[in-house]
Amino acid sequence: MTTIASTTSKEKFALAAETAAVSRGYWTTVWTRLVRDPVSVGCAVVLLLMVLIAVFAPLLAPYDPSQGTMLKRLSPIGTEGHWLGTDELGRDMLSRLMHGGQMSLMMGLLPVFIAFAIGTSLGLIAGFFGGWINSLIMRTTDVFFAFPAVLLAIAISGALGAGFINAIISLTLVFIPPIARVAESVTTSVRNLDFVEAARASGAGNFTIIRVHVLGNVLGPVFIYATSLVSVCMILAAGLSFLGLGVRPPTPEWGLMLNTLRQSIYIQPWISVLPGLMIFITSLCFNLLSDGLRSAMDIKR
Amino acid sequence: MTALLRVQDLKKYFPVGKDLLGRPTQVVQAVDGVSFSVEKGRTLGIVGESGCGKSTTARLLMHLIEPDEGRISIRGKEFGNISGRHPVAELRRQMQMVFQDSYASLNPRLTIEDSIAFGPQIHGVSEREARQQARDLLEKVGLNPNVFVRRYPHELSGGQRQRVNIARALAIKPEIVLLDEAVSALDKSVQAQVLNLLSDLKKEFGLTYLFISHDLNVVQYISDDVMVMYLGQVVESGPVEQLYQNPAHPYTRALLSSVPSQTPHERKQHKVLEGDPPNPIAPPSGCRFHPRCEHARAICSSQQPETTRVEGLHQAACFMLPANPNHEKYIQLQEVSA
Repeated sequence: MTTIASTTSKEKFALAAETAAVSRGYWTTVWTRLVRDPVSVGCAVVLLLMVLIAVFAPLLAPYDPSQGTMLKRLSPIGTEGHWLGTDELGRDMLSRLMHGGQMSLMMGLLPVFIAFAIGTSLGLIAGFFGGWINSLIMRTTDVFFAFPAVLLAIAISGALGAGFINAIISLTLVFIPPIARVAESVTTSVRNLDFVEAARASGAGNFTIIRVHVLGNVLGPVFIYATSLVSVCMILAAGLSFLGLGVRPPTPEWGLMLNTLRQSIYIQPWISVLPGLMIFITSLCFNLLSDGLRSAMDIKR
Repeated sequence: MTALLRVQDLKKYFPVGKDLLGRPTQVVQAVDGVSFSVEKGRTLGIVGESGCGKSTTARLLMHLIEPDEGRISIRGKEFGNISGRHPVAELRRQMQMVFQDSYASLNPRLTIEDSIAFGPQIHGVSEREARQQARDLLEKVGLNPNVFVRRYPHELSGGQRQRVNIARALAIKPEIVLLDEAVSALDKSVQAQVLNLLSDLKKEFGLTYLFISHDLNVVQYISDDVMVMYLGQVVESGPVEQLYQNPAHPYTRALLSSVPSQTPHERKQHKVLEGDPPNPIAPPSGCRFHPRCEHARAICSSQQPETTRVEGLHQAACFMLPANPNHEKYIQLQEVSA
């Protein structure tokens, strides 16, 4: 009797151990790995803070970003009341940097996000169907590669005219080809794997195969690539504003601020550097986060 | 008794290179006029060196590659993407395939359960029912469903993954299963387990197998009939005992003599097959095996040998067979000087 009882309990124990070993999903694993990486977590915190500050800038900022006094022009950093000094029109730098985050972050994220959606779709279609469809899509995107990204953004923006929406459109157009190219190459390699053949052999149509078997394997790598483009996009957006093709004054935007403060670089160099510093920190964080995400997603067989 | 699966004159030529107008400059004759039939409940082994067209034949049967020519029929019903033939979708319900690479043939982002339940859902089975079937099948292939349903492919061993692939193929309830080098990547002990599992499943579900392998011992163990392929053509076919004991084609003989013997005093002293198979872009004229054949004579390079009966269902394509209509010519002609 006792022996029977002991074996059953043993079996139960073994079964429990086996069930405990049941894995969590792929994305859960990626998340745990990402959270364990201090650099990624640090960058995520910094970015989150920036977004929060930008969103709540109207509540947090000590001054109106477009209101200044000529009497207090270019006060140095540490001036009482203006901890980060004032700009060439006497406006509070801290308030302007906080408000500027709204436009700058939006111009960094939105084009990449739209380009991610369009570029991935194009790359998926090109990679999955191959043949003349692939040639049509990929050769068209190749045309865009003939020009440097900066030049292309300026050219399109210039043709469309200055303004926030046009800047977004031109930046989106610049980022579609590289994302489409990455999506196409990933899709092509996934399409030739046996599980896609097996899915086809089980009677599934193209749409179902793409949805269930291809998309999940393509989105990850393309997403990593897209996050690394955010910093490039922010710098390009800043460049457009610097040239007067993006946001118009007096709207605060880091690139535009960099442009207007450029003339004051000999008088208050540290203040002139501030918007650039913000762009630098944000793009660095996006790059490091994308690196962290890549290594977190690289789960070995 | 009519055959369950009948394949007639299957052909696939792959274009290689294109000229300025997009016309292929050369073609690889990957599968060139393959015909065979399999009766219900039997296992047909297909053997040959790598590159002989075994796997292409399997993919052509599943219509994963569109055949250039040939007829594929199950129970007399002809399938194909040509009008007047039954749709390929129906063919794929009756025939399923297990691939060699157990890792590449499972979606790394799907759980084992989702992978197995995918096929039936395509064919209109409800998700819940498909999941229940997946659990039942896991048990049938010797994996504890409570442990494995929520696992991902990278957490399984090669043998376990191949069991999952077998379950996935069976989920659609096919009559015929194509096993394309299904056990070749597994080590010997696991191979034996999976082979035994295949035999059990065959009995339980009344399956018919097409077993493609380069491993002659494995083919001998599992097959009822064997078909030997060389450069996209069938050179010999027949019941397994007859073919292994009395190989009629020089290529089959060379293949069989290359199998290492298990007992030292039975070690064979045959000549080992020399050289690589010729380029399939420009296959040799006449009998495709003649450049490597020690018995080749003038006729072998000028004329293709007809498939002739050796004994019963055992047949081969070689002029050396007395039953071959051109056997007399072969005897008369001088041996080709090397």
